[in-house]
Amino acid sequence: MIPAMTETETTNEMVTGPVDLLAKFDPIIQTRETLLAAGVEDPFNLVMEQVLSPTRAICNGRDTILLGTYNYMGMTFDPDVIEAGKQAMEDFGAGTTGSRVLNGTFRDHRDVETALREFYAMDHAMVFSTGYQANLGIISTLAGKGDYIILDIDSHASIYDGCAMGKAEVVPFRHNDVEALEKRLKRIPDGAGKLVVLEGVYSMMGDVAPLKEMVRVSKENGAMVLVDEAHSMGFIGEHGRGVAEEQGVLDDVDFIIGTFSKSVGTVGGFCVSNHPKFEVLRLVCRPYVFTAALPPSVMASSATSIRKLMHGGNKRAHLWENSRRLHGGLTALGFKLGTETPQSAIIAVIMPDLERGAMMWEALLKEGLYVNLARPPATPAGMTLLRCSLCAEHSSEQVETILGMFERAGKAIGII
Amino acid sequence: MNPAEVEEHIRKLIEPFNKKGIAVEDATTFAGDLEFDSLTVMDFVAAIEDEFDIIISMNQQAEIETYGQLVSAVHKLQDS
Repeated sequence: MIPAMTETETTNEMVTGPVDLLAKFDPIIQTRETLLAAGVEDPFNLVMEQVLSPTRAICNGRDTILLGTYNYMGMTFDPDVIEAGKQAMEDFGAGTTGSRVLNGTFRDHRDVETALREFYAMDHAMVFSTGYQANLGIISTLAGKGDYIILDIDSHASIYDGCAMGKAEVVPFRHNDVEALEKRLKRIPDGAGKLVVLEGVYSMMGDVAPLKEMVRVSKENGAMVLVDEAHSMGFIGEHGRGVAEEQGVLDDVDFIIGTFSKSVGTVGGFCVSNHPKFEVLRLVCRPYVFTAALPPSVMASSATSIRKLMHGGNKRAHLWENSRRLHGGLTALGFKLGTETPQSAIIAVIMPDLERGAMMWEALLKEGLYVNLARPPATPAGMTLLRCSLCAEHSSEQVETILGMFERAGKAIGII
Repeated sequence: MNPAEVEEHIRKLIEPFNKKGIAVEDATTFAGDLEFDSLTVMDFVAAIEDEFDIIISMNQQAEIETYGQLVSAVHKLQDS
């Protein structure tokens, strides 16, 4: 028994001053230092000194092909999109300096919501400052204490954060498992509010959800359904409305969440819905009310981009060609991919571990190719991924160049 | 089921997840002693949920650190 000693130690600790609240992050600091000590360029500190086009930039001093930007439809440099933004900045100024519900709703905030209603053929649209805030705001406002949120275990951080903020009971189910979803729905107490949260495309592996079956079992069990279509807008479904449209269940989805920071090429988030009481959310949704509205230039650029995406058939076809070619080429080279078939514009290359993933990432960067290095906790099952997201503006020649870079880097690091 | 019966069922369910064959007692922790990662937690919780036809929400899971706490939580949930 050593109570005296323990007591002394405790007393000593108590007089050593305040607890460093950052001490809990020491393991992360350690992992990062180990990685950088190996001489690897910092994967989370890349700087684009110049952006030459949707697919090319000068990164850390090198001319680089961009294959990790979510700029699926290449709208960032569309002349009409840029011109609309310039004009709005001249006419309405640089910023709104206010909330949407006070002084922050300008002509173009209304116009971009009109463009969204046209794009989705839905009655209501609400624009948030980011996609993260759209999920945070809508989910936390819909499902509060005593309600149940049933979600895919691989849901995006913004979905989990929305759940935590609303204090609903959170019930996860195995990724894309319809039966697991159905079982959980059936066990929820009678009379409780139920919100099922799904994504069209899961951004880490680039795989698509079986929304047709999932929406059906959700509706059969009296749940409302929210689908995050951030990674499908503009190129999946007949009108580019996403996976729910492609699988024929868009009319049964109560809320679609989306973003402007991917296919639209700007920044912002949104929710569209046909719910007759939807507009009340503008008054009760805190991440909508208590933040500044986006600048008018961003709104004008976004509205122009959304309307152009409604007529982007050729670009869409080329994006799919690129996705198929890269998927087929990487498979033929012997890389292990996140999906057996190309299901979206994201192709995830599975790395054996973080160390070789970081080496491969750096080797590709030196070849002149930027991809995303994704690691836990963002990735499922503790995987390290090199995530490639294709752009409709990647030429067929660029895709061949990319495959050559992957081959050389993969052989040099010993992955293939 | 009484607490002893609940415990007996959970003891069987935990076996395939107890990779290192650790002796499981009331004070055994899932994160520390059994080294469960988030995927293992999901699969283990799903196995219990299916066995007892209950839901253990993530909010409830956050309150459960030890084997003993789990047995007691499941016993309460299956009665409600």
